[in-house]
Amino acid sequence: MQTRYSFGGDEHIFVEVDEEMSLEAFFKSLSMTTAVREADIAGITEICPANASFQIKFDPDVIAPQVLMERLKGFEAAAESAEKTIETRIIEIPVLYDDPWTRETLMRFRERHQDPDATDLEYAARVNNYPDVASFIAAHAASPWFVSMVGFVAGLPFTYQLVEREKQIEVPKYLRPRTDTPRLTIGHGGCFGCIYSVRGAGGYQMFGVTPMPIYDPAGKISYLKELMIFRPGDILKFRPIEREEYDATVAAIEDGSFVPKIVPVTFSLDAFTADPAGTNAKLLEALNG
Amino acid sequence: MAERSFEVVKPGLATTVQDLGRPGYYHLGLPLSGAMDRFALIAANRLVGNADGAAGLEAVFLGPELRFSADALVAITGAELPPKLDGVEQPLWTAFAVKAGQVLSFAFLKGGARAYIAIAGGIDVPEVLGSRSTYALGALGGFEGRALKAGDVVPLGAPTGSGREGTSLPKEGRRPTQESGVEIRVVPGLYWHRITEDAQAGFFEDTWKVAPEADRIGYRFRGGKKLDFVPRQQPFGAGSDPSNIVDSCYPYGSIQVPGGTEPIVLHRDAVSGGGYFMIGTVISADMDLIGQLQPHQPVRFQSVTLDEALAARAVEKVRLAKLGELI
Repeated sequence: MQTRYSFGGDEHIFVEVDEEMSLEAFFKSLSMTTAVREADIAGITEICPANASFQIKFDPDVIAPQVLMERLKGFEAAAESAEKTIETRIIEIPVLYDDPWTRETLMRFRERHQDPDATDLEYAARVNNYPDVASFIAAHAASPWFVSMVGFVAGLPFTYQLVEREKQIEVPKYLRPRTDTPRLTIGHGGCFGCIYSVRGAGGYQMFGVTPMPIYDPAGKISYLKELMIFRPGDILKFRPIEREEYDATVAAIEDGSFVPKIVPVTFSLDAFTADPAGTNAKLLEALNG
Repeated sequence: MAERSFEVVKPGLATTVQDLGRPGYYHLGLPLSGAMDRFALIAANRLVGNADGAAGLEAVFLGPELRFSADALVAITGAELPPKLDGVEQPLWTAFAVKAGQVLSFAFLKGGARAYIAIAGGIDVPEVLGSRSTYALGALGGFEGRALKAGDVVPLGAPTGSGREGTSLPKEGRRPTQESGVEIRVVPGLYWHRITEDAQAGFFEDTWKVAPEADRIGYRFRGGKKLDFVPRQQPFGAGSDPSNIVDSCYPYGSIQVPGGTEPIVLHRDAVSGGGYFMIGTVISADMDLIGQLQPHQPVRFQSVTLDEALAARAVEKVRLAKLGELI
């Protein structure tokens, strides 16, 4: 893992903690951004953590770029030896896999896909060596996922599954991006999952939809008073549902009675590395009480 | 109808409410937004006696038609989009009085891309997260989170009274729109090492043209040579195309080149991150300039150092300071 620093013009510093994705790189990036925030350096206007990198936006009229660069480098050693434990929360996301809306959309953009004769789920199951779609969905929903970045568009979480690297689901993005993706689509591209917060363009494979909005610019949904739900470091767990529960959940959100299942948890990277299955079992126990 | 307001008779192409933006939420995917040509909005605001950060309208390519409910003081800056009051042409970069019931419209665009319409008192839509700017992709801020439509009644704030009819910014204080010879200065960096030396040189030698896909999110360019990549085994999680990286943040002004073919410069409504490598970043001093580029316009990118970027930034600060002396 080698950290690389680069100026993004005269207003940004870009720090790549590692070229490749790993939970170690994500934790190091998260510790560095936390340390930068706590240092409260005058002139910094935005601190944006990403999967295995982060970005600082600053005002060069307040702090000289080279001075800030040296200060950022000073946080690296401490971040490496920092305890890789975070106090966070686990959030349950109900998912209607293989739903009619993403299915209609993927059929519309079939000529942009690697395998025009299969659905995105069939294709993803095959290239990841699952015998069928059902076992692929079971693996997608079984282990929890880290929110390793929030962005692209408002409130959209990039997610990374808490499993060993050889069990990571990997799929290419569409050959050419779609011009349309249903709102609240559960997507996947490279090793990352995502939930599309708004309707729009997208290149990730589409596996299903959640009835639970994650971004509400109007601030009308009871649990979205802060406009969006996810923060980097959150853990989420997908739970497969049927159409009946999907419709009931949509109705409950409309009448304001829906309460998302969110439970505080502690996550230790060392504990996870030593025993992934055992650590995940504890996370799910906390969620399902 | 609100006491002080205007009614949208014709909306133009994509007319939005913008101020100087909404900093502080980029880590959640909410971009800065705000005027693409910040200098032009500030100048328009000063001409009518508003604070620099008052909300005005940004009209792109085609002006709107607006009927005022009350007397108002108005100034138009930025693109050469000649304003008309009840059909009578009015000067640009100059405060002019509008009477209740009069209609502000525009002739065809003569240069540049985005005109700024400041009205004394500013546009009084609610602030969302500290700004009145429209972020249309996220349906946030501005007038109902979207571009204006015919029939909208847009509320105006109370004027400070310090604006004077006929106040004009002399020519030397304006930034003229350019048709040819546009150079955009870039600090190479980020994932610059991913392309070959020949590709690095070619990027700055070639003439590029603004593609039709140019909006508040980003400006796309085409016409230059395809960039060749330094061969490598793709890192885990990055995706299989050589232009893919493990999804990272995108700086404002960063230049991503999906597939190595068409560079995209992210602007005020930038997507905050994604999986395409970037070859560098447009300097802050040249961001306004991009907002005034028209499709098919030829441009060249010029490589500069960070120190040169800071010097150019200082020049822009002088330009702003001069506004104070001239208005």
